[in-house]
Amino acid sequence: MSAPLHSIDRPNSYIGRSVTRPNAKRLLAGRGRFVTDLVLPRMLHAAFVRSPYAHARIVSIDSTDAKAMPGVRLIATGENLRQLCKPWVGKLDHFKGMKSSEQWPLPVDKAVWAGQAIIAVVADTRAQAEDAAEAVMVEFEELPAVVDIDAARAPASEIIAPELGTNLCFNLRLDTGGIDDVFASAKHVVEDELHFGRHTAVTMEPRAILADYNASEHQLTVHHATQTPYQFQDLYSRHFGIPEANVRVIAPDIGGSFGMKLHVYNEDMAVIGLSMMLGRPVKYVADRLESFLSDIHARDHRVRARLAMDEGGKIIAMDVDDVTAVGAFSSYPRSSVVEGNQVVRLIGAPYNFKDYRAELSVVFQNKVQTSQYRAVGHPIACAVTERLVDMAASRIGLDPFEMRARNVIPDGAYPCASATGFKFEALSHEACLVRLKAMMNYDALRQEQAELLKQGIRRGIGIAAFVEITNPSPAFYGIGGAHISAQDGAIIKVTPSGDVQCLISVTEMGQGTETIIGQIVAETLGVEREQVKVITGDTEITPHGGATWACRGAGIGGETALQGTKRLKLNILSVAAAILQEKPERLDIRNGQIVDADSGQQRIALAEVARIVYFRSDTLPPDTNAQLTVAHHYAPQGYPFAFTNGVQASYIELDAETGFVKLLKHWVVEDCGRVINPMLVDEQVRGGVVQGLGAAFLEECLYDETGQLTNGSLADYLVPMAVEMPDIEIAHVETPTRDTELGAKGCGEAGTAAAAAAALNAVNDALASLNTSISQIPMTPARLLRALGHA
Amino acid sequence: MNDKMPITLTVNGEVVSQHVSPRDTLADFLRSALQLTGTHLGCEMGACGACLVLIEDRPIHACLMFAVQADGMVIETIEGLNDRGIIADLQEAFHQRNALQCGFCTPGMLVTAYHLVKTDQASSRELIRDGLSGNYCRCTGYEAIVDAIEKVASARKADAGRVASEEVGA
Repeated sequence: MSAPLHSIDRPNSYIGRSVTRPNAKRLLAGRGRFVTDLVLPRMLHAAFVRSPYAHARIVSIDSTDAKAMPGVRLIATGENLRQLCKPWVGKLDHFKGMKSSEQWPLPVDKAVWAGQAIIAVVADTRAQAEDAAEAVMVEFEELPAVVDIDAARAPASEIIAPELGTNLCFNLRLDTGGIDDVFASAKHVVEDELHFGRHTAVTMEPRAILADYNASEHQLTVHHATQTPYQFQDLYSRHFGIPEANVRVIAPDIGGSFGMKLHVYNEDMAVIGLSMMLGRPVKYVADRLESFLSDIHARDHRVRARLAMDEGGKIIAMDVDDVTAVGAFSSYPRSSVVEGNQVVRLIGAPYNFKDYRAELSVVFQNKVQTSQYRAVGHPIACAVTERLVDMAASRIGLDPFEMRARNVIPDGAYPCASATGFKFEALSHEACLVRLKAMMNYDALRQEQAELLKQGIRRGIGIAAFVEITNPSPAFYGIGGAHISAQDGAIIKVTPSGDVQCLISVTEMGQGTETIIGQIVAETLGVEREQVKVITGDTEITPHGGATWACRGAGIGGETALQGTKRLKLNILSVAAAILQEKPERLDIRNGQIVDADSGQQRIALAEVARIVYFRSDTLPPDTNAQLTVAHHYAPQGYPFAFTNGVQASYIELDAETGFVKLLKHWVVEDCGRVINPMLVDEQVRGGVVQGLGAAFLEECLYDETGQLTNGSLADYLVPMAVEMPDIEIAHVETPTRDTELGAKGCGEAGTAAAAAAALNAVNDALASLNTSISQIPMTPARLLRALGHA
Repeated sequence: MNDKMPITLTVNGEVVSQHVSPRDTLADFLRSALQLTGTHLGCEMGACGACLVLIEDRPIHACLMFAVQADGMVIETIEGLNDRGIIADLQEAFHQRNALQCGFCTPGMLVTAYHLVKTDQASSRELIRDGLSGNYCRCTGYEAIVDAIEKVASARKADAGRVASEEVGA
């Protein structure tokens, strides 16, 4: 880093400022363009017949009556769609030995979860398609369902995919060696078994897709509510045999995704096939019940873990066994084992110890598949670690802050690696702990807690330190054979009137991608922010890139925009220099004017340069290379990941009579490197925290013993409401990554990573006065009452 | 079930006469027949609040009402509310405070916020949080929305005369 990028004295200084989002205005005006809203000429609607059983053979299908219903255009089975689409298997090569079965748009022989789409019905209206779907007769032969997390590996268990010969999807062992001896000789050992319920993204806009196949051009256009249009362009091309250049995926406004909308869904692949069969646009929007039944779920882990500590309160080792159940097959193309993999690699990550062993077992079951959802694995790793760290502190009577201060990797110890091999460039756990303690006025809060306890009011304070994986390199997916890009691309151009357009491969879901890219382009070029328009989400016009996931938008997309804009600026100055008969290095751009770099004196307007280049090139010197459009790609280099870190605190009040917990306050200190827009970063953190608190107290996909989801509605599955959530105070420590000039790391998952762990520790802090504890989330009132002995 | 019935209602100040299926919800009618897609469907059971519209100036779930039931009523959706004083203030405050991310819940959120401000149920953060609890948002964590509504409510209270004049103008 040379000159600071956000010197407030400079004109067009936007990086580091809390500017508003230009694209939010259309959403406020009700003028958003969600896939749900789109209508195309001759558009038809799809609905699906779904399996009533968690595991059942499809014996026969009779759609005679359904075909005769009003408005029905097509009824397609798995066998019909199989003719058009190559199958897929949700495996990644770098997960050695992982197994999963072949999948098609719709199943051809059996259903493997309750609610799985079996048959597609296309009609003039959605209501007609649903009417006809009810008239399709499917005979099922019910099979034993694998529901419980332990049942999958029981000796006599039904094997869900007989061709695999096992219900074990993946097994991983990490071992630094000699763990049993370390534990045997340790002064203190604490251990616990923690349970993490299944929950799901619950985006306010359900999944939506509108496929439009045009046979005359062999062209497929898909309006798809997804965060990864390029990934789907590749998949639709390869699986349906359409040249990639003829596949266009447009992701317009997306009503929330949180990772959920970047996976392949059977219905979506079916809709592509249906449009090809009919030669007409076909739209499918999941209703809320369908979302609960078929969106990916996440978590569902049982972790047994122990921690060894010396007599001085120094953590010396951890030993972990994680079992996770991921549904009937591994999700495609990112698989269903990444979460478990990240759990066992992130456990203990903030702390300075070397001895570690972990066993991960990923098993199949007859439920919808789990896969990547916001903060993949982090909340589990963090809760396991932080619960054990609190238990260890309690064992030797140490304050939770002091326990962490003694054990986190010191800020001066970087670069270094975690016990699991993650390479850390520079983290700031110590600085974050100091900042948090002051911000929450910790000592006074402890005093208040003690005073109130005398009156029978049980409050709890919980702390949780975390690291977050961001800016992933090809080590994440590319290495596993998936066509998921780790690089991004941007086209930045000056229009004839001197405005700027930036077409970039990172995508917008409301988090502010377009805004921060606009800030970076405007500041780097030297124009006003209002002159820059950022365009995302269309594979036909933006360069190929990874798009937005794993907290890579700011760090990788931002660096792409920065470096591309620097090249554009050089081009502009080169033309301006030719016009002005000046040396380019003596010129600069400020407020849309080409100026003398030293004096700031105005020489010629950018708009005038553009006018000459586009309309009067005859007046330029003959050999002028006037390139006012630049295409630039950037792939992360250096560390495989840029780690964000931080620490959170939760303050709660427990009603021991009812089991209800009131969330009083939440604090986050977070280090995502260079902060491009403090307001947007804080709002990412707040939203992330609330999703984490939802998981901690409310959200769980509940199944009965036959594998039926029993709470598939927004009245039964609880998401956080405004009245239950606390105000969240946020502060930042900034340790920019030196792998990029921008220095930004991700922040979108930081809130979710540690919120549940902080809450779990806070509730256990309150329960300590009653000599009981809880090690399961969500911490529902019923579970808390059980912990309190009210059976 | 496909026998259509005639209805006449006022939507965003315009009289609309159409034939609708008895099973069409008001939300379906607004979104499909009138292409007023600012009204969103999040749960279709009255839980999430994304479909709230104003009927006779009260927030009503458009997903829980059949279009035929709206015959003769005066309905306003986000598309028609943009010029109204309180809504315009709320939109500006939401924009400044980034009280929205994906924006899918936002039209319904604005309808509730309008009602809270107008009926003086936004005088404290607790009241606002309570009043917003029929509107789900998965992106923001709610705090920015509470901040934005609190700001508008207190500004309008501080200048009651301005409120009166703008309501006449609306």
